Amino acid sequence: MIKKKTGPKKQEKKKQGKGGWYFLLIIIALYIILMIINPGKTLLSFKFFFSLLIKIIPTLAFIILLMGFINYFIPPKKLKEWLSHGTGTKAWIIAITAGIISSGPIYLWYPLLNDLQKKGVRNGLIATFLYNRAVKIPLLPMIIMYFGLAYTIVLTIVMIIFSVFNGLVVEKIIAKKSNGVKP
Amino acid sequence: MRELQEQRKTRNALGQAVIKAAKSMYNMLPILGGVILLISLVNAWVPKTLYTSIFSKNPLLDVFIGDVLGSILAGNPITSYILGGELLAQGVTLLAVTAFIVAWVTVGIIQLPAEALILGKRFAITRIIISFGFTIIIAIITVLILGIII
Repeated sequence: MIKKKTGPKKQEKKKQGKGGWYFLLIIIALYIILMIINPGKTLLSFKFFFSLLIKIIPTLAFIILLMGFINYFIPPKKLKEWLSHGTGTKAWIIAITAGIISSGPIYLWYPLLNDLQKKGVRNGLIATFLYNRAVKIPLLPMIIMYFGLAYTIVLTIVMIIFSVFNGLVVEKIIAKKSNGVKP
Repeated sequence: MRELQEQRKTRNALGQAVIKAAKSMYNMLPILGGVILLISLVNAWVPKTLYTSIFSKNPLLDVFIGDVLGSILAGNPITSYILGGELLAQGVTLLAVTAFIVAWVTVGIIQLPAEALILGKRFAITRIIISFGFTIIIAIITVLILGIII
């Protein structure tokens, strides 16, 4: 029987998947212990848990749909193309847009960003891309649910504007430290 | 006939994209479930006065505390929104909570080793320090603007 080899990425994903289940098991074990110590308070925790779950589930379902639509219309391949071919103001807009649209864990994007760095893409653009990964369109419904529409709009706009300053400042500091030679 | 085939292809591809998104959310379920269970536990067991003891009611100190907490914790942003929402409900200021959720998604000290290894130590450390500082500015500006428009 031939065993399928799992590469390092798949192994990392498996580890993370198991880690999540271990975390949940620890919490369940904690509940069992606390149920013995003080059943009243623990039942209150369950009540709160279910009320929170009911609040969150519809938003999570909407997030899944939104993620699916975005991944269909703007696949990662297209994003990578955009990042590699931008100059001037267009480059900043691409870095912002690509950061917002990019999905998946951040470490999956590091190799591509490293590749772009080696090809001469500005550190400022890379920093701006990374900063804008914090703006997640599919997750906006969750922020709106907790903090309101006005807060979400203001925070998102402020973060996008500051992502450019973040990129510019990072670039200037790195350039100063290395006397103009890129790291 | 060809148009029908194209429509079917598009619907299948869209369906596949949604299923992929659902699968990635499914992988997060144990962590999300664990976090919500933990929040519920803390809500029932931890006295509300503890939150007010961590956060000092001094706005500048609180925003710094929120920034530090958000920087060292890690995970999906959804977790930070849930935690932030609960902190807000427990009386922590919007300024501190904003710093917390912004730091969670922009700083992320846990990522530093990987980022330093791949993108360079100088780049990674500089970016994280600048992001930490900007978090405080963003939190202050956001709350100020909200104070004006609301």
